[in-house]
Amino acid sequence: MSEVLNVPTMAEMMAQGKQPEVLFWVGCAGSFDDRAKKITKAFVRILNRANVEFAVLGTEESCTGDPAKRAGNEFLFQMQAMMNIEVLNAYEAKKIVTACPHCFNTLKNEYPELGGTYEVVHHTEFLKQLLDSGRLTIEGGQFKGKKITFHDPCYLGRANNVYEAPRDLIQKLDAELVEMKRSRANGLCCGAGGAQMFKEPENGNKDINVERTEDALETKAEIIAAGCPFCNTMMTDGVKAKEQEGNVKVMDVAELIANAQDL
Amino acid sequence: MLYIDNILFAIILIAGIGFFAQNVKKLKRNINLGRDVNRTDNSSARWKNMTMIALGQSKMVKRPIAAFLHLIVYVGFIIINLEVLEIIIDGLFGTHRVFSKMGSFYGFLIGSFEVLAVLVLVAVAAFWIRRNVLSIGRFRSADLNGAPKKDANTILYFEVVLMSLFLIMNAFDLHFQDMNSGNIISQFLAPSPDTFSLEAVTIIERTAWWLHIVGILIFLNYLYYSKHLHILLAFPNTYFADLNAKGKFDNLESVTKEVKLMMDPNADPFAAQPVEENAVPSKFGASDVQDLNWVQLLNAYTCTECGRCTSSCPANQTGKKLSPRKIMMDTRDRLEEVGKNIDANKGVFVPDGKSLLNDYITTEELWACTSCNACVEECPVNISPLSIIMDMRRYLVMEQSAAPQSLNAMMTNIENNGAPWQYNQMDRLNWKDEN
Repeated sequence: MSEVLNVPTMAEMMAQGKQPEVLFWVGCAGSFDDRAKKITKAFVRILNRANVEFAVLGTEESCTGDPAKRAGNEFLFQMQAMMNIEVLNAYEAKKIVTACPHCFNTLKNEYPELGGTYEVVHHTEFLKQLLDSGRLTIEGGQFKGKKITFHDPCYLGRANNVYEAPRDLIQKLDAELVEMKRSRANGLCCGAGGAQMFKEPENGNKDINVERTEDALETKAEIIAAGCPFCNTMMTDGVKAKEQEGNVKVMDVAELIANAQDL
Repeated sequence: MLYIDNILFAIILIAGIGFFAQNVKKLKRNINLGRDVNRTDNSSARWKNMTMIALGQSKMVKRPIAAFLHLIVYVGFIIINLEVLEIIIDGLFGTHRVFSKMGSFYGFLIGSFEVLAVLVLVAVAAFWIRRNVLSIGRFRSADLNGAPKKDANTILYFEVVLMSLFLIMNAFDLHFQDMNSGNIISQFLAPSPDTFSLEAVTIIERTAWWLHIVGILIFLNYLYYSKHLHILLAFPNTYFADLNAKGKFDNLESVTKEVKLMMDPNADPFAAQPVEENAVPSKFGASDVQDLNWVQLLNAYTCTECGRCTSSCPANQTGKKLSPRKIMMDTRDRLEEVGKNIDANKGVFVPDGKSLLNDYITTEELWACTSCNACVEECPVNISPLSIIMDMRRYLVMEQSAAPQSLNAMMTNIENNGAPWQYNQMDRLNWKDEN
């Protein structure tokens, strides 16, 4: 199957003298991680379908510096931030969308003081905007009536108070949205944040992702919806650890929407 | 000798308040050992936070049982203490129940105090059972072993004693009982003339009255040594709390300067840097309490060790050593130690070979944090254990290069190829054409 995705870069746009409606910040996971790349593509298919004029930085994109900052390396973070800001400002970026809550939080909250001020939205917020303005229609499709639970990413939820956009989208699928016992501001971390993704956990009696996956399995949902590539990995591993991969799937909200439209 | 009572009262009152003022001074001095941070912006949002969160207890309701019991003690304590005003006037001027001239309104006031006193006793009993009998994780935790557990129970006993003295004082006050207005509870405790002589009744009433006011002054002075300091500090703490989105971590300005210089193509790397006068060589991150900012130190004194943070911490729930409550308790303990050091050395801190890092907080605790903000979200008075953890990680990484190996590898990757993994930046768009 050869699929044609229309993914212009900012450089190409600029060469044509055009400014895209929104810059899609793909992020490291979205660019390199095999699982997360599927999320990236699903999101692009939706953008293509909704005729959104977007562009990516492509090879000019670099890590936002989030994991370095949370690991305590403020130098590396600010070096990354300033290089990225230079690139973003050179392209006069105004609005940025990203499917990674860590990139989202860093770009939105930590870049302005360093000279990079943009309107930054999470992809679930952006999709909600497309839906509200009638540019995107969502039908239930294969998810009609299915039980779906949403795992709140810390850096989207507690960190930035975005709780409703992903839930509104899931409900548009005519799915049955079920909440875990700990959700929204009380949501339990998947275990990946604060640079934990890149190290072994300290000694304890359980892995955090397993603890969180148990919350999700308790709801008897068939699909665990995520809004973060790292949560996605952690929950997928958790489902495997509980030997439930035959019954429960972990999917990004963008994938749910793309799949429902057979994109 | 007519005025001996009044003089004695004045001396006790002045001593009690004077000693407390000394402690407040010390508290302010210790908090000001912290670095400066500006928290005076947006005063309307700050007042709102203080009114809602400290005065209105809005974050307590998350745990309804504890919130209800706490509300009783909180309201009871504030309202019953209106009575202290009358005690002070009576004590200084030798009057007796000076406000009783208000008549039935006085009865209404004292009556409601009596009801509240009983409710406080019930709530305190429930607190004691929760703390010592039931197995509620956050009260069973090893964080509280020893002094903290004793402190928590001492506060409860204090409250029982003060409330009981208040009721006994009313019950044995024949003048008050004769008014027969407001003695809703105390009438049942009032002595019958058959068992108590008039003299005994007077002695008991006077004793209860004196012990009540002395007890209140002792309690006031106990605050500084106790987690109970939160009854005062919750207010400034919620006022000065961070107003930004929880995900926003501060950008170190000292780093910004150096990074800008590094990235400036016109900067001469060999040029001597302009030396600011009296410039203290900056240290990145925090290894001791003086490296934290004053709001973080205020946080430490405000913490009442309720453990909501720890019970919501994903690392703690899965058996890791990290306990956000312990981070706050350690910070306060170390700050107290530094304060005592300064007191003992005529106002100057003499290095004692100890620090918050390692001697109190281990690196294992610091590296277990997922920065998920659950502790910050949970704190009923907006304390941020996370900000202290992050500042200490900064010290470990930037001053000591002491990150776990795997994190060093991640950071090297970011430096070399702009991603936490070993992928070439030139391959960033490859996903577009892969199937």
